[in-house]
Amino acid sequence: MLKDQDRIFKNLYNDMGADVKSAQTRGDWVNTSELIAKGRDWIINEVKDSQLRGRGGAGFPTGLKWSFAPKEVGSRPHYLVINADESEPGTCKDRDILRFEPHKLIEGCLIASYAVQAHVCYIYIRGEYFIEGQKLQSAIDEAYEKNLIGKNAAGTGWDLDIYIHYGAGAYICGEETALLESIEGKKGQPRLKPPFPALIGLYGCPTIINNVETIAVVPTILRRGGKWFSSLGREKNTGTKIFCISGNVNNPCNVEEEMNISLKELIEVHAGGVVGGWENLQAVIPGGSSMPLIPKEKCETLTMDFDSLMAEKSGLGTAGIVVINKDQDIIKCMARIARFYKHESCGQCTPCREGSGWMWRMLERMAKGEATKDEVDMLGDVTNQIAGHTICAFGEGSSWPVQGLLRHFKKEIEERNNLDPIVQKKNNIPYLVDQHLLDKKNA
Amino acid sequence: MSLRRPAKNQPEIFEFSSSSLEEANKIVSKYPKGKQQSAVMALLYIAQKQNDNWIPLVAMKYIAKFLDMPYIKVYEVATFYTMYNLSPVGKYFVQVCTTTPCMIRGANKLVEACKEKISDKENELSNDKSCSWMEVECLGACVNAPMMQINDDYYEDLDKEKTVEIFDKILKGEDPKPGSYRGRLNTEPENNRKTLMDVKNA
Repeated sequence: MLKDQDRIFKNLYNDMGADVKSAQTRGDWVNTSELIAKGRDWIINEVKDSQLRGRGGAGFPTGLKWSFAPKEVGSRPHYLVINADESEPGTCKDRDILRFEPHKLIEGCLIASYAVQAHVCYIYIRGEYFIEGQKLQSAIDEAYEKNLIGKNAAGTGWDLDIYIHYGAGAYICGEETALLESIEGKKGQPRLKPPFPALIGLYGCPTIINNVETIAVVPTILRRGGKWFSSLGREKNTGTKIFCISGNVNNPCNVEEEMNISLKELIEVHAGGVVGGWENLQAVIPGGSSMPLIPKEKCETLTMDFDSLMAEKSGLGTAGIVVINKDQDIIKCMARIARFYKHESCGQCTPCREGSGWMWRMLERMAKGEATKDEVDMLGDVTNQIAGHTICAFGEGSSWPVQGLLRHFKKEIEERNNLDPIVQKKNNIPYLVDQHLLDKKNA
Repeated sequence: MSLRRPAKNQPEIFEFSSSSLEEANKIVSKYPKGKQQSAVMALLYIAQKQNDNWIPLVAMKYIAKFLDMPYIKVYEVATFYTMYNLSPVGKYFVQVCTTTPCMIRGANKLVEACKEKISDKENELSNDKSCSWMEVECLGACVNAPMMQINDDYYEDLDKEKTVEIFDKILKGEDPKPGSYRGRLNTEPENNRKTLMDVKNA
């Protein structure tokens, strides 16, 4: 288990209070101006040395992202945007940072803004987190009052204004370009990339977008050194991470742990074990609902980091672990996730808009045992037609969980659904216009 | 995608009250000059708050004029985002999360409680017209599942009995206490905490 002194979020459960005074006793805002005085290159190098990867799901190296911002500010100002549109089912880590560690985030915003030369920072919070947003706003007001942000923020000579922008219940706005559209006051529909936001982002200006957790860990990394952060976890998967363990466990919780911790330890030690014992485990969704599930056999030895989960054809995503035990109907669970994606598709690309509904309806029927034999392969076919054929990663996010189900639980689906195909393969029907389709395999 | 239609009965006039106007101007000032369109989402919230928690079409027209943008663009935004109510809802607006993490911890029991206490169908006002409920997608409090949101507040770690208790309170016009209903501290592992023990005991 990670030692307490190596935990970054010491107020994760709000034992101490979120105001600026108690934040200062935890080490926030202590020597911010000294850190910034060391210069832009030092900050970016230190973040690169720490091998910090984005905590929002994609795991892109943060130092590298910052270095994409233009070196000189041209005619267009730079912006920093914080993505607090946390809506991935199974994930609730940013919520705790917003309400209990807001000053870590605000200080991180100042440092990141300095590093990418932004004077304005927007924090995009999902609309449902209204109370959390208010808590963050009062922390921002406190910071203005103490001159920690604003003109000559914290005595660094850098000017920074931070504004909150509330979303309104659209999951897709967690996609970075949809988020920018939303801040610009439009429907949240993702943009084509390239151009990437680092060059053409908010209002057509260079924009760096980071997750809440990514930004909130930066001040601690700079204080304790990139070397310290990279000594935790393993190569390229370094540091600490807040894991959210939900579902069929005895004590669902958020906990900050070292990367590369074993899944079994997280569940058994922190979350009090699976309901009904470890043997009752059916499957685990390791990183929020978009990531393919992992069956019990593999959970025994699984370690939680970006690369080892990738090797299992899944992903760390947002580290929202959903534990599903044998009392649950796994097909029904996935059908509910498919319904989520059907509801949240932005409707811009046809494969996703239509396909997400198809997947949901097929899975609903499969859960009831009303599907035909051939539909199981057809479902796999639909997922392949969505993934990779859309503007943003929502297509992958919605089809991966279904592909994961087909990969590991195909037998269960087939056992329940053994009706004969509706279209029988009968050759030589003279009046059938689509005869050529029947001659094909899988018709 | 979700299908969203505006209400049939629409009021004919809408105007920001003086306090709303002040708030709206403050929000417009957050964005660069000429980019006042960015404020449309916040202004729709203000209109919704002022108009008993729903947005009539005239309010969209009013906001379009206020921000100097086409009406259709405001309409697009209001119909795209699910948190803008396009038809009247109860004074207590109950949203029950039923996405998988809540579902496997018994969110259907909460839905049952809604059906018994508030109304048979979603989006229908209760008998005394004070409450309505609906199922929503993930509200982002998965480790406190099952949970629901009433207006701005989260009610967590629920079961059917506790949900019924909460509904009894709101039907009487009282405001129940938000947060965990099993008495645990936020998102800590209940009775099983192994981390940051020195600050817990401090």
